[in-house]
Amino acid sequence: MTLDQTGTWLFGRLGLDSLPILPAFENPSTSEFIAAGAALMVIVGAIVTIALITWFGAWKPLWRDWLTSTDHKRIGIMYMVLAIVMLARGVLEGAVMRTQQAFGLHGGFLTPEHFSELFTTHGTIMIFFVAMPLIAGIVNYILPLQLGARDMSFPVMNQISLGLTTTGAALVMVSLVLAQFSNGSWAAYPPYTGLDFNPGPGPDYWIWTIVFSGIGTTLTGINFAVTIYKERAPGMHLFRMPVFCWTVLCTAIIMIFALPPLTVAALMLAADRYMDFHFFTNDLGGNMMNFVNLFWLFGHPEVYLLVIPAYGVFSETVATFSGKRLYGYTTMVYATMAIAVLSFCVWLHHFFTMGQSANVNIAFGVASMAIAVPTGVKVYNWMATMFRGRIRMTVPMIYATGFFFLFVIGGLTGVMLANPTITYQVHNTLFLVAHFHNVIIPGVVFGLLSGYHYWFPKAFGFRLHEGWGRAIALFWIFGFTFTFMPLYVLGFMGMPRRSVAFTDPAYQPMMYVALFGAALIVSGVGSMLIQLWVSVRERERLAVPLGDPWNGRTLEWAMSAPPPEYNFAVVPQVEARDDFADAKATGRAYSEPEAYEDIEMPANTAIGLGICVGTVVLGIALVFYIWWLTILSLALMVVVFVGRTFREPAPRIFPAAEVAAAHRAWLAAVRAATPIGRLDETDDLNRGLARPEHPELMEPAQ
Amino acid sequence: MRFSGAFRSVSKIPFVVGALLLAACSDERSSFLDPGGPIAAAQRAHLLEVVAWTMIAILPVFILVPLMLWRYRYRNRSAKYTPDWDRSPLLEIVMWGVPFAIVAVLTTLLWKSTHALDPYKPIDGSGQPVNVQVIGLDWKWLFIYPDLGIATVNQFAFPEDSSIGLDITTDTVMQSFIVPALAGQIYAMPGMRTKLHLLADQPGRFLGENVQWSGLRFSEQKFDALAMTRADFDAWVAEVRSNGVALDARTYAELGTPSVGAEIHDKLGTTEMPAGVVWFNQVEPNLFTKVIGRYTDGRPVPPQNQPGAVGYQPQLTEGGSNQ
Repeated sequence: MTLDQTGTWLFGRLGLDSLPILPAFENPSTSEFIAAGAALMVIVGAIVTIALITWFGAWKPLWRDWLTSTDHKRIGIMYMVLAIVMLARGVLEGAVMRTQQAFGLHGGFLTPEHFSELFTTHGTIMIFFVAMPLIAGIVNYILPLQLGARDMSFPVMNQISLGLTTTGAALVMVSLVLAQFSNGSWAAYPPYTGLDFNPGPGPDYWIWTIVFSGIGTTLTGINFAVTIYKERAPGMHLFRMPVFCWTVLCTAIIMIFALPPLTVAALMLAADRYMDFHFFTNDLGGNMMNFVNLFWLFGHPEVYLLVIPAYGVFSETVATFSGKRLYGYTTMVYATMAIAVLSFCVWLHHFFTMGQSANVNIAFGVASMAIAVPTGVKVYNWMATMFRGRIRMTVPMIYATGFFFLFVIGGLTGVMLANPTITYQVHNTLFLVAHFHNVIIPGVVFGLLSGYHYWFPKAFGFRLHEGWGRAIALFWIFGFTFTFMPLYVLGFMGMPRRSVAFTDPAYQPMMYVALFGAALIVSGVGSMLIQLWVSVRERERLAVPLGDPWNGRTLEWAMSAPPPEYNFAVVPQVEARDDFADAKATGRAYSEPEAYEDIEMPANTAIGLGICVGTVVLGIALVFYIWWLTILSLALMVVVFVGRTFREPAPRIFPAAEVAAAHRAWLAAVRAATPIGRLDETDDLNRGLARPEHPELMEPAQ
Repeated sequence: MRFSGAFRSVSKIPFVVGALLLAACSDERSSFLDPGGPIAAAQRAHLLEVVAWTMIAILPVFILVPLMLWRYRYRNRSAKYTPDWDRSPLLEIVMWGVPFAIVAVLTTLLWKSTHALDPYKPIDGSGQPVNVQVIGLDWKWLFIYPDLGIATVNQFAFPEDSSIGLDITTDTVMQSFIVPALAGQIYAMPGMRTKLHLLADQPGRFLGENVQWSGLRFSEQKFDALAMTRADFDAWVAEVRSNGVALDARTYAELGTPSVGAEIHDKLGTTEMPAGVVWFNQVEPNLFTKVIGRYTDGRPVPPQNQPGAVGYQPQLTEGGSNQ
């Protein structure tokens, strides 16, 4: 099949019928109203955002401080904002699907078209535009601070990575307003997503979303890895790095090696769809099994890419809130590396049912099960970290507790699924849906949300509201439990995933329980917005300008909150693992350096934003076959990119005197403040200066 | 063949729960927790063995995490506090050794069960084996009985206690074929043949379905799997023979057009056929291999000849073939 070239040269196949708002008038139904409402939300949301920025006169600071910034901290925050916006959409989509299925006995209110788009966008968004930007955001912010670096190795490339990720997210949002996103699931298996079966723009949206954000993520991985190899402060040997940095290294390696197969698979699918190739078609030698292999060659390392940094966050928070060194540092490092390597050896377990021989299935089944060993070791290590500690049940520890309980259940079902004989039964059922949500929500999401709570005061200079934080954590923990435990049961009962409706009334009660759980999760996300609002309003009361609210152990706590743009007034000399804890114990902390020097930081640039706008236009042009715009946007990006190489922007200089003044002012504030004990940690008294905690120094029981 | 395990006796407890859940269902059995044949029963047994062994690694977490959170809470000054303790060789051996040992045990189970329950392997049964060819279409299943000269849509009947060998393909996008109470699933892919064997211990009605997303109405792609006594099966075959319609190019083109069982029954069926089912009595002998071969003979399959494609409009030439 060749391309349908019936559109106009100016607009390609983009026409009035591409607007999803029209069907709501022509054919009013709940399903159409939901689609039209979502489209309106995107449009109104964009207008309101622009209006608010204009109202507050924020265009100039937005441009200067954020959009053109190469500061890793600001880029990290922008990733987080993107992730939280997309999280809101993804969670709402999930809730709509749960509602549909709860009323799905013989029907429900959604058409199969809309339901299938929902599960496709929900999956695509949650993986690529929630989990990945949350990770990229937290890592961007924290990694250089923990390493004792001033920025990433490639600040401009960092901005371009953000731009490309945003492009992907923007294309998914645009698909709400112009035509529709793919309905071929997030894995987009051909031949269903091929031109014969799906000639519309949907799969093309998927392809370009994946290609652009995939390239961005590969670049991010390179940036993280090089930063770890090259930017560590003097004395920061690899084996003195915080475990979080080790997990970032593993994730970076996976980003570099696992994302390209996905990008290539999507481009091959594009070649099939645009240029009459036959990589994955039914006829002329095409073979969809190759797509399935390439997709999961990315897909399985991907889940470890997501969960490994979450392990890193838990390694930091469990040690900090147990007031103890992390148990088994070296073991943790080897276990994490083992997981990263094994993650490339197991992809076939996503299709044990494709008809290969028993011996092939056994090899991949055993490899999959082997991952349980290092993962189990990590869980035991965290428990040993709590052993003989002084545990404070703050928000990150609540998440960690939920994680321990729920994640091992996910591990149990993972071991089940590693067995081909069991997979033959539960594959493609709701059991599978329950399993991967069971590792991604308690693992990845809890980890990253606890990291958000833990590091927020570092980034903004005030703590998040503790009470709301606890409520959010509990909403997520119980919301997850009620939503997904019933899905395990439904999977055992044989209900296929992605079913818009069902006929067996036995499924009904479990569906209601799951709907209740979804309501709790939506409440959790709503509470996150309230918490942010309350915390900003009470930021004076919650302020921790001295920078160490949790009695932290690693370098990022050894500076003011928020940190200066150049992070460290003087690049620190690292003496020990958990260097800041060691510095506080030995009296090295908060000392004035002998001399200050001028600091050079990279200049602002708009190239990342330019690439973002260019690729969004390119994506829309490709989706709708607007060939002149395709060529124009490509040419413009090349010109901008090459043009940049002709001028070297002068770095920004922070004079030594300015650095010294700021640093001395902070040191003076530290000396003037009273250190607080851990009992007052979540109290207004906490200004970010911690009293040392040692067995002989402990205050008596109260 | 039968898969026996060390935890068989312990394994009864969860079934009480399972049975309660399934009690609400109709007489159609739809879960391997309520198995109708040796494969599903062995899969259930294997599942429980895996759970039992994994519990050795998991129960300590469930028990020790609350204990430690309580014992080492900040305000408990009587508990020991060792902020700098961070390694213990003995603990290390246990932490790596126990999960490793469990995985080693599970690996042997995995090895044995994967070979024993290989879907490509015929099953021992007292009855005469039956071969069935299955073609997935949008959104229905076509079952061809090549040795009997009959075919059905969405009704899969077979004699009890006989190994049923299925050759599976699809003439549209990828699908996945499963009868959960009897055996696991296997993908159906265009231009390819996959195999599955199943066996029912006793007569019964089992749910069969496609569990791979394959288009808008895939969740309606279900069928009845009917295990019968040999005599009932022979009677059923005779009934299909006498009441079926011909499966020729015209009717096959109709099957290739997207529709669900009830709709195709309205188009092609007669009142003698059960609801949502079509019976065929004259079947082209090599239809199955032709369906596969069409994709692998190096010639293009344009969308108008591709069942399930947008624009599927088979040209019925004078030869009467759309292949």
